[in-house]
Amino acid sequence: MPTGRVCFRVALGSSFRQRGNTVLLFKMQFMLLFSRQGKLRLQKWYVPLSDKEKKKITRELVQTVLARKPKMCSFLEWRDLKVVYKRYASLYFCCAIEDQDNELITLEIIHRYVELLDKYFGSVCELDIIFNFEKAYFILDEFLLGGEAQETSKKNVLKAIEQADLLQEPRHEYFNVPMY
Amino acid sequence: MPAPIRLRELIRTIRTARTQAEEREMIQKECAAIRSSFREEDNTYRCRNVAKLLYMHMLGYPAHFGQLECLKLIASQKFTDKRIGYLGAMLLLDERQDVHLLMTNCIKNDLNHSTQYVQGLALCTLGCMGSSEMCRDLAGEVEKLLKTSNSYLRKKAALCAVHVIRKVPELMEMFLPATKNLLSEKNHGVLHTSVVLLTEMCERSPDMLAHFRKNEKLVPQLVRILKNLIMSGYSPEHDVSGISDPFLQVRILRLLRILGKSDDDSSEAMNDILAQVATNTETSKNVGNAILYETVLTIMDIKSESGLRVLAINILGRFLLNNDKNIRYVALTSLLKTVQTDHNAVQRHRSTIVDCLKDLDVSIKRRAMELSFALVNGNNIRGMMKELLYFLDSCDPEFKADCASGVFLAAEKYAPSKRWHIDTIMRVLTTAGSYVRDDSVPNLIQLITNSVEMHAYTVQRLYKALLDDISQQPLVQVASWCIGEYGDLLVSGQCEEEEPIQVTEDEVLDVLEGLLVSNLSTPVTRGYSLTAIMKLSTRFSSVNRIKKVVSIYGSSIDVELQQRAVEYNALFKKYDHMRPALLERMPIMEKSASNGPTEIVQTNGETEPSVVEPKHLPPVTQPVNQANDLLDLLGGNDVVPVIQNTMPTKPASAGGELLDLLGDLSLSAIPPMTAYNKNGLKIDFTFERANPNPNIAVITIHASNSTEADMTDFVFQAAVPKTFQLQLLSPSSNVVPALNQGTVTQVIRVLNPQKQQLRMRIKLTYTLKGSPVQDLAEVNNFPPQSWQ
Repeated sequence: MPTGRVCFRVALGSSFRQRGNTVLLFKMQFMLLFSRQGKLRLQKWYVPLSDKEKKKITRELVQTVLARKPKMCSFLEWRDLKVVYKRYASLYFCCAIEDQDNELITLEIIHRYVELLDKYFGSVCELDIIFNFEKAYFILDEFLLGGEAQETSKKNVLKAIEQADLLQEPRHEYFNVPMY
Repeated sequence: MPAPIRLRELIRTIRTARTQAEEREMIQKECAAIRSSFREEDNTYRCRNVAKLLYMHMLGYPAHFGQLECLKLIASQKFTDKRIGYLGAMLLLDERQDVHLLMTNCIKNDLNHSTQYVQGLALCTLGCMGSSEMCRDLAGEVEKLLKTSNSYLRKKAALCAVHVIRKVPELMEMFLPATKNLLSEKNHGVLHTSVVLLTEMCERSPDMLAHFRKNEKLVPQLVRILKNLIMSGYSPEHDVSGISDPFLQVRILRLLRILGKSDDDSSEAMNDILAQVATNTETSKNVGNAILYETVLTIMDIKSESGLRVLAINILGRFLLNNDKNIRYVALTSLLKTVQTDHNAVQRHRSTIVDCLKDLDVSIKRRAMELSFALVNGNNIRGMMKELLYFLDSCDPEFKADCASGVFLAAEKYAPSKRWHIDTIMRVLTTAGSYVRDDSVPNLIQLITNSVEMHAYTVQRLYKALLDDISQQPLVQVASWCIGEYGDLLVSGQCEEEEPIQVTEDEVLDVLEGLLVSNLSTPVTRGYSLTAIMKLSTRFSSVNRIKKVVSIYGSSIDVELQQRAVEYNALFKKYDHMRPALLERMPIMEKSASNGPTEIVQTNGETEPSVVEPKHLPPVTQPVNQANDLLDLLGGNDVVPVIQNTMPTKPASAGGELLDLLGDLSLSAIPPMTAYNKNGLKIDFTFERANPNPNIAVITIHASNSTEADMTDFVFQAAVPKTFQLQLLSPSSNVVPALNQGTVTQVIRVLNPQKQQLRMRIKLTYTLKGSPVQDLAEVNNFPPQSWQ
């Protein structure tokens, strides 16, 4: 078992470690995107967990979030994490953050990601994310790294994606034909 | 071999499946195709196949056979391959699999790649899922990239370093030099990630924290950057609803919080900027409130001056009135954190907080409830309790237990009057009676016992509550107990606080018996009601009815109930003379903070034992059933001065001391003695010490009969001076066989806390050859060891 910070206390069944007198509790542990029927569209994990544990967490959390009524606030306490979620059309964007993190800015993070997707796909809808899931991941990985924002400029993120896309070895002379 | 189906084609096909089974079939077919393709080591389509595998993995199907393929993709020279390969690695691999270590070399190479986007992929993967081993191996590369002038790479390296430090904290030191001029960057990405890195280092290591405070003068730098963000004009690149780079602002505020905590100088240096942010930030959208929220958290955590703190609390107060429930939620959470330290400031927002109890959102309600309890004090107890009780009535079951406990605690601390306290308890028991915690029952009983003047009122109210509803067990248990104790007050209609109800003894017994038979009653509750019925035998006149009930339950299948009934039966039969004393009114219980069981001190209006009055020794014919017969035996002129000079102690009644009496026996060498020897009846005493209480002497009497006939109906009784306490256990038999053919034994326990010389007066009654014999004697020859 690797040493170092045990992040997901609940799933790993162990208590979090303390460094000195402080406890580190600012971190996004995972992000999930799922439809209103509970189908997973994207899963990004920033903590090491087994496939079985991930499935269990996903199932439970999806159930919990889907059971929320529209009038309720975007935050819920789940196990010992805070979950920030927001629905955009038919997709739920769901982030699990740790105790000391700022829920309101997490909402902004989610919103920024949606804006990026929107700009990239041009009026993004769920189908775009279904059929181009790998691109959704690429965009996310240009925006967040290890659960933290690496770039706060929308323009720069999109520029980087564009440039990287250009590097992909073309199969056809037209760029927008699928690579794979 | 035809080219494998394209990714989008596959997705389209799978989505046409109408059932789970159909989908599974398609997936299995495709997986088989992919597997054979992998086996053929096909380089051209590996990327396509892994991409498809990742899709199927997201649907929930196993994809572990693609793990090695991801590694091959990463090792490829093609960017497309690397992109999918790294994605696959992040999705399918993690540090639990040994396979992941094979990535290390590839990542190392890619960290030094000529294309920054490849380097970016490697940094991202490492920073997302790198294991400690990988981090150890590659930390040097990350550190190098942290010093590059390429801001695209520098920002990623900073976050990668954060991950490395989290995994391998010992490596923190090596990144220190590279942080030197991170904050002089203009690039916001680098600034943001640098602040995150510095935050991580300061949080983890007090030495680092001190270093950054003193040597690097981090606070002024951060203040400057923050100021620029606020003061600078519109910057389209970083603007969010009129605010410039809120993400960076929030991270800076967070780092300031860590730097300012417990440090006066740093706190002072950031005072102005915090005030500025707090007053100038636009609050119409969530983004502005996010910054304000972080500002408030910082102000509350550092050593800010009081004006700033009040400003912060007021911001939270305004949040509470915001239409956006997210903002209200966040406000309640923060107020909960600050209520201890800034109690008065939070009190000012009490009415708003109480209003939040009516919110529709569960999380908000819970927070509002917790905060409300934190705000209760002696001044607002009546008003607050009204609101909280109303909340208790209407809230979801998940809240009721906590709310009930909170109400009890608050009532105990701040009750303005006993009547109010009892009323509040009644309210909780009747509205949320099934949700109160188990330990509430004894606590409430103790409270009621100690509110002497409210006994009549309490028992009346509880009785009425029982008539309405017997389903809530804690309520029923408390009520049964009270009726058992104060039933006499109930039937005599003595209530002063409210209109006394007319109720007969039979009606009360009906109710208690009803509890015994009801399906709603738990075994514990049944125990309570049986005991209550028994207690009423000394308070009511309908003893026969009670006797009948008790005897019926002597054959109950519930072992606990059976045992109680059998013992109570015995009380009616053999030990009837002890019944009144055993069942008398409970004294006031004081909760002692010291060890173990509640110490029971009799302070309930019992008169101090004064000089013992002379009493005549009862004549021989006096019936044995007279109450307190024994205690009277020691009254009299021949009372040794020792008793009179003793301090008027409060004899402990049933309770703490008796609990000690049940301690283990232990042998000690105290010689036996003959206490009585007359007319053929000899009584020997043997001694033991009861552990752990050395003040208790355990005496076993051995009665033997040397006459020719058996001594039947043999009863041994004993009395001790007032400074002692006596407990007689049951005798082995009441026939002492003739001609020393056997002995009757009986155990006496004597509590002698003052270590007085042990004296005893004994009374013996038996029948010999048809005639009753009675004798009294004094036993003075106790060996010193038995009482020293």
